[in-house]
Parts: sequence; structure tokens; C-alpha cells
Amino acid sequence: MKFAIQVNGSVFGSEAGDSAYQFIRAAIERGHEIVRVFFYHEGAYQGMAQVSPPDDEPNPVKRWSELVHECGTDLVICISAAQRRGLLDGHGDLQSGEAPVGRVAPGFRIGGLGQWVDACIRADRVLIFRP
Amino acid sequence: MAKRFLFLLRRGPYDGLWTKECLDMLLTAAAFDQQVTVLFSDDGVFQLMSGQRPRGAGQRPFATFLGALSFYDVDALFVEMESLQERGLKVEQLVLPVQLVARNDVAALLDEQDVLVSC
Repeated sequence: MKFAIQVNGSVFGSEAGDSAYQFIRAAIERGHEIVRVFFYHEGAYQGMAQVSPPDDEPNPVKRWSELVHECGTDLVICISAAQRRGLLDGHGDLQSGEAPVGRVAPGFRIGGLGQWVDACIRADRVLIFRP
Repeated sequence: MAKRFLFLLRRGPYDGLWTKECLDMLLTAAAFDQQVTVLFSDDGVFQLMSGQRPRGAGQRPFATFLGALSFYDVDALFVEMESLQERGLKVEQLVLPVQLVARNDVAALLDEQDVLVSC
């Protein structure tokens, strides 16, 4: 089955990101496809490279980057949500999804709401993880 | 093929960025020619109230943003009847023509959709 996922919670503000991550891992393990993970609202914080908790605490941002590295999952941060929150240095390049240097963690790309709708159209199920 | 999206708007109009961002998402779905239904319930019914005069600097009444709905041909607008009644509101106080739906019938409305977005 194909899933489109939206994550709406910030990194440490709620369980939204963790629940989404656990779901995605389990779904991939069982052979399902994740069409796209779209980070919207406060979820934009999930892809910020500067998130750096102490070494003995888990780093959810790093975990997302590893997911991309291992599974090639498409992680998209909403550009308007990120810009409203002051999370982007510049505008990046929306066409290529190239993120502004230094702000967005490895593996994430930036994109618009159209990519969310596109994922919904292509998916069998749409799941939203919110705070 | 177009999918049926229902956006369930449950928050008040000035609840941070949330409500405006939900509207952006909803309009994007409409711009992609999807079949969009909107259901206002709980404090979400306040979004539709006429006579909003927010005091924040440069803040616009949220109802003016809802004018974009007709521009994108989103005309399937529902309001949960009990949510209005519980807040002492009448349908005449709302800025857009809406259809009332009883709380008991909401589940059936949600059942008809492909994608549910609770905002």
C-alpha cells in the first residue's frame, strides 16, 4: 500500500514526529511504500540542521536523515511554513528542491503545498500526525 | 482522477498560524482540481462570523480570507449545527452560504471522502 504522510508537530513539542517515524519504519519493513513525508505547520522544525540535543539524548532530526540515507524516503519541508517561522536563510531553489545551505538537515528538501496534494493523489492512504 | 478531500476546521480564526495554513492547504487541493468539502465545527464556526474586527497590528478579519473559497470554486461548505447552537450563533451571522449538518450526520459525510484533514 502507498502512504502519504504529513507531520505537523515540532521536534520536541509533541509525539507527532516520533509516531510518524515509527509508523514509517514499520510500514517500510512490511513492504509498503511511503510516497512522501510532508512537514507542515510546526512540523517544519523537524528538518532543521541546528537541532542539537546533548550527545546522550536522541536526535530526531538526525534519525530522519538516516531514514533518507537507508530507504530513500522523500522528505519535504513546506517552504511557506518554514519561511513564516524564520527557518530558512534564503529561498533555496523550489524547482530542484535544493535547500538553503546550512539550515536544512541532510536528506530533506524543500517544496510547496502542491507536493503534498500530489502525494495525496498518488497514495492509497493519507495519514496526518499532529500534536 | 480527482479525489474527495474533506477539511475539518475546528479552531478559532486567530489561533496562531494554524488556521491560515489550513486554508492555504485547502486552497491548494482545490487549485489541483480536487473535490474539496469543508466542514466547520467546534470553534471553527467562529471563522465564518461576520463583523470580525481583530485588533492585532495589520491583522485582517479572517472571514476576508474565506472569500478565496469561491474563487477556487469551493462551494461545498458545511457547518455542524450543534457547534453553532452551543455558541449561541445563528446561520444569518455567517459570511458565506453554508449547509447545516447535524452532529449525528457528520460521520456519514466523512465516510464519503477519500482524504480527511482535521485542522
